[in-house]
Parts: sequence; structure tokens; C-alpha cells
Amino acid sequence: MEMWFSDRHTDGVKLSIRIEEQLFSAQSEFQRIDVLDSKEYGKILVVDGDLTLTEKDEFIYHEMITHVPFAVNPEIKDVLVMGGGDGGVVRELIKYESVRTIDVVEVDPLLVEVCRKYMPEIANSLTDERVTIFHEDGVKYIRSKADTYDLIIIDSPNPFGAGEGLFTKEFYGNCYNALHEDGIMINQNESPFYEEEAYQCQRMHKRILSTFPICKVYQAHLPSYPSGHWLFGFASKVYHPLNDLKKVEWKLLGVKTKYYEPRLHAGVFALPVYVEELLRDVE
Amino acid sequence: MANLPQTSAPIYEALERFRRNRVVPFDVPGHKHGRGNPELVELLGDRCVSIDVNSMKPLDNLCHPVSVIKEAEELAAEAFGAEHAFLMVGGTTSSVQSMILSCCKKDDKIILPRNVHRSVINAIVLCGAKPVYVNPEVDQKLGISLGMKLEAVERAIRENPDAVAVFVNNPTYYGICSNLKEIVKKAHEKEMKVLVDEAHGTHFYFGKALPVSAMEAGADMTSVSMHKSGGSLTQSSFLLTGKGMNAGYVRQIINLTQTTSGSYLLLSSLDISRRNLALRGEEAFERVINLAEYARTEINQIDNYYAFGRELVNGDSIYDFDPTKLSIHTLDIGLAGIEVYDILRDEYDIQIEFGDLGNVLAYLSIGDRKQEVERLVSALADLKRRYQKDKTGMLSQEYISPKVVMTPQESFYAEKESLPIRETKGRICNEFVMCYPPGIPILAPGEEVTDAIIDYILYAKEKGCSLTGPEDEHIERLNVLKR
Repeated sequence: MEMWFSDRHTDGVKLSIRIEEQLFSAQSEFQRIDVLDSKEYGKILVVDGDLTLTEKDEFIYHEMITHVPFAVNPEIKDVLVMGGGDGGVVRELIKYESVRTIDVVEVDPLLVEVCRKYMPEIANSLTDERVTIFHEDGVKYIRSKADTYDLIIIDSPNPFGAGEGLFTKEFYGNCYNALHEDGIMINQNESPFYEEEAYQCQRMHKRILSTFPICKVYQAHLPSYPSGHWLFGFASKVYHPLNDLKKVEWKLLGVKTKYYEPRLHAGVFALPVYVEELLRDVE
Repeated sequence: MANLPQTSAPIYEALERFRRNRVVPFDVPGHKHGRGNPELVELLGDRCVSIDVNSMKPLDNLCHPVSVIKEAEELAAEAFGAEHAFLMVGGTTSSVQSMILSCCKKDDKIILPRNVHRSVINAIVLCGAKPVYVNPEVDQKLGISLGMKLEAVERAIRENPDAVAVFVNNPTYYGICSNLKEIVKKAHEKEMKVLVDEAHGTHFYFGKALPVSAMEAGADMTSVSMHKSGGSLTQSSFLLTGKGMNAGYVRQIINLTQTTSGSYLLLSSLDISRRNLALRGEEAFERVINLAEYARTEINQIDNYYAFGRELVNGDSIYDFDPTKLSIHTLDIGLAGIEVYDILRDEYDIQIEFGDLGNVLAYLSIGDRKQEVERLVSALADLKRRYQKDKTGMLSQEYISPKVVMTPQESFYAEKESLPIRETKGRICNEFVMCYPPGIPILAPGEEVTDAIIDYILYAKEKGCSLTGPEDEHIERLNVLKR
């Protein structure tokens, strides 16, 4: 028997992965959650029918969304993760001894439960004593916070589902307000390649640009995501991601990684011409 | 009264039967189930264009209902507790106009508050009635018009015993209700009809713990904007009548101005929405009330915004309050409501119902969810952080008592000249000026232009209000009567 899962990338493009077994499927109060098992990509988390992470390439996403800000400010102590109920970002965060508190705002308790059961290598990080999970609406959570965090990581899969509010100008504005005066905000910034996502990518960049004085975009290679070319946003009140890079300090921390490396740091901010142009259109 | 149960939707069911029969159309509309206009089908979808059809025997006729439309009317009347219900396809504007035209003839007096919708005064222009305005109280802090004090209505009735009708907003755009039951009693004692504008009160008929509805209060006619809180398609509406009205005559009046090609999309949307509210309205509106209360609590935690609610009730000019209305006073952050309205749309992609000089109103309905409310609250918090400024010099809305010099009809058709706005002081205006929304006139035909009115118009224009009414689209000139 052959069973295939197809992740729709555009109306005319799909990525299909051969599935060995469907491990879990349920509808939570917020979304439908499925866990699939495959030979090629390992376990796959699917939310509302969209591929959200795979065991094979999640390290790229999670390392790139986490270590870039730490290499610019290795002193980060208090971190907020928006979304991230799978625990991937937290797994990277707990590698830093300097980190004092990690608040995770994940609206859906079932997502956390499912990830802990089926992907413990990733989600067990959530049991670290520095972690507090808040099951509430992220847009609401951030509203009442001021001058609280050194770093906010927005780890929300897509701008159309339950996390839609995490892609809005009001949300970025309230994040700015929740950060210390040298705070940094990192967001996943979609792919620049296909038309619909490129448009979202522009909108996000424009909104963050109007909120933070420094706003730079960087990239990574993510095989399971649409087009495989993915962007992240680095927004900050004072630190410049390249001029303030602390290569040596970061190296001395001895954090073990599989993708990120300070040598790569300058390179990921060097964007292809068409991406530069896409972003420049809204700058 | 109705022979069918509220679970049925006779117009919708007739359309379904019609669609299944695959009838070959040699009648209008000419797009012939969309085949003649593929781009329209692309936009609206196959289902939608296939039921855009003309009156015919199995589908009844809006001008003279005898079958499925008649049944739908009976079901609606039952659901709303009315003697008769008319399905309207020209918006609540046409319902309001039909109410006035059913009760007022030339030179008849009608008692009404000034904060009525433009459609009321438009109808008065058409029929030549004489408006007798009751000063709606104004909340000085918020700058909004309230309801009519009972005592003020009684005085108007006493001073104008020959008036034929009293007109009441239930509620106002901001959710404020007058003491409708008592007004009905006082008017009926003098054999005056009571006409009610319930454009913003459809839910009063279905929700619990809401202000009294016009039919329950014993009013003679009411216009219910089903397309606002009721969920039907834009432009569809109900006109309801009570025991004191002759339904056959009202139908004749409606037919004076209503289209003979009533849209079945609108009619079936009324039918289905009535069924939905009759079956599920109570719980649906309870959700809306809870959502609005939640939003008020959250917004009031942000300093300097004031989302007002039931605490305003004073037993007279604010006899009751509609808790589904979410109005927010913005002047204390140093921004006019209209400025907040514009910023929310341009910068946050949030479209709200309207902004006036001191307030914004977000319309909540059966289609809202908590996550959108969270966005609105967060946007208000962020907007305040970015734009808050000193509030000195901010004007609040004031009630400008109109000086009625002649009837709206007489002045509307009189000889006129166009003057720059600044030069119109002391002259009699021959056209309307209003901010849209809410579409309540600042000036109506037959009224004297004063300095206060000129200042108000120019300030509202400067703040970005959308002004409508005058012939001059830039609102730099006004038409006034020739001397």
C-alpha cells in the first residue's frame, strides 16, 4: 500500500511525502492537528493540513530563529516565544546558561501535548524549569506587557490560521512596547519566492519597519517549506545584526549547533537581488 | 398566525425547487442563469447567479404577494411579534420612507428628534410634512446625542395637538434608547401614530436582557435593518406594522416607490436570516453581548479610552442602552474619533463602522469572533502609544438646535443660489449637509445657517469626516434660498 501526504505550496505546486503511518489526528478548539511518520522526513507535524515541521529539517528553522539574536547580544536573559508549542525554539534557548526565564505563549494546549507525546526529542525541552507556558491568545498576552523582555521570537506558522493576529501591526507594536530598550524581535518572515507568500513577506517587512528603527531580513534553506528558501526578520531597538555581531563571545559560550555558525552570520543577511528588490519596494 | 413553523423558509425552498427543475428561461434577467455573463459568474459563483431570477408564479411577486412571499411575510410577522411584516429590498431607507408616507400628508406635523437618519427628512421633503423637532439631550463629555426626554415629547405633543405622528430612534447609532413604552402611551392618548427607526435594533426581538422592541412597546410601525445585526444581505430590510395600521394601504404606499423587480437574493436572504434568528437568535446575541462586554472591559483598561456601556443609563434621556454596541470615546488621547477611524483602517487594516468628532463605533454582530476583538483592542493600545497627544483644542460634538424657517419640501423646491459656505450665515439652506456615517443631518432644507453650523462643518471637514448632501461635491459652497 502506498500512502502520500501532499503539502499544498501554491494552487499549482505540491510537495508529496510518502507516509508510513498516521500517528495522530484530532481537531482541537483551534485547529486540526495531525502527526505523520515518514521514512524520508521522519515524523511530520501537520496543522490544518499544512506541513508545520519535520524531524529531518526542523533544526535549521529552530537554530536560525534562535541563535542569530544571541550572537548579537549574548547577554539575553528574558525571552518570550510566541507560538512555539512544539518546543523547538525552547530546545535551542535552553542551551544558553545566561537565559533566566522563557515564557511560551501557545494558544493551543493540545498542540503541546501532542508534540510532547510524539516528538519528545523536541518538545521535552518544555519541561526545563525556566519555561512557563501560557495557553492564551498571543495578541492579548502581549498587550499588557511593557519593558519585560530582551528577546521576543515570533514562531507562528502562517498568516491565515489561528495565528493570524501574530502577523499584524498592532502585535508588532505591542511587542516593541514589551521589549527592554535594547530588545530584539525575531519573526519568521515567509518565503520570497511564490507570489502569495512574497506579498505576505512584503507586508510583514513593511509593518515591522514602521515599528522598529532597525529591521533586517535574513535567510535559510528549509527543504520541506514552500520553495525551500525561507526568510526571517531581525528587528531591534539598538543592535545592528552585522555591526554588533559578537563572534568570539558567542563561540566562547560553546553552544552546539548543526546549522548556525558565526561564519555563516554575515552570509545569511546577504540576500539575492530579487529579494532585496522585493523588500526595497516597501522600504 | 403563520401556517408554517419557524423552521421553514418558503422563499428559499421555492428557489431550491426552481433550481432543481432546470427551467429554461425565456424571461428576464438577461444573463440567463449567468450564461450570458461569465465574468459575473466568476465573481459571484454559480449558485448565486442561478437564483437571480424574476417574479413568476412559483416564486410569487413582491408587489402583490399571494404564495411564498406571503408565507415568508407571515413567518416574519410571527417571529417579530408584529401584525404584518413587509419584505423590503430598497434598504431600511425605503422602510423608513414608507412609514412616513403612510402616516403623513402635505402640511401634517410629525414630532421627531433631530438625530434621525437622512431618510426621514428625505421622506418629509417628498410628502411636504412639517417637522417638529424635539431636542435630543446631548452628553456633554461624550458629545453624542441621546434619546428624547419623556417630558420633552409630552410638551411637543401638548404644543402640537394636531400632529399626526411621533418618530423615535430605538436605539440611536450609539445604542441609546428613549422610554418608548411611555412615548407610545402618550402619543396614542392623542391619537398620534408612533413610528420607530430600529435600523440598529433587530436583535431586540431575539436577545435576552436587551431594550424593549418597538412592537413589544406597542408602536404602530417600525423599520428593522435585518442586514445590520440580523445577518441578511445588504439592502434587505423589514417593515413591521402593529394593530393600528391598515396593511393593504401600507402596501400601496410601498409600491409607490419600490422596484417591481425585487431581487430574490435579497428576499431569500431575509427569509433565511429570519429563520436563523427565530431558531438561534437568543444564543447568538448572548454571544455578541458577552463579546462586547469583554471588549469594553479590555479597552477600559487602557488609559484614556472610554468604552461606554450601561452605566450611562439615567432613566430618561438614556432610558436604556444596547449592550451590543461598542462605542469608544477617544478625545482623551487627543484624537478625534474620525482620526482613530482612519488610522485603524490605513495602518492596522481594521475597518470600523464610523468615527465622529469624539468617538468611534465598532459594529459587533453574529459573525464576530474573539480573535478579531483581541486585534481591535491591541490596535487601540498600540495606536495610543504612537499617536497620543495633547487634547486641547479638540472640538466635541454639540447639539446645534435647528432653526426651521419653512418646510423641507417648500425650501427644497424653492429658487436657490449657490454661495461660498462662509457667506451663507443667516440664509435659508435648501439642501442637506451630513457626516456619513452616521448620516444624521447637520443642516436640512428650510433651516437657517448659523455661525455655529458653519464652524462645525468646516471643522468636521478638516478632521477628515466624509460630508455628504450638498450639490457641490467639495462642500465649499451651499445652496441657499434666493432673497
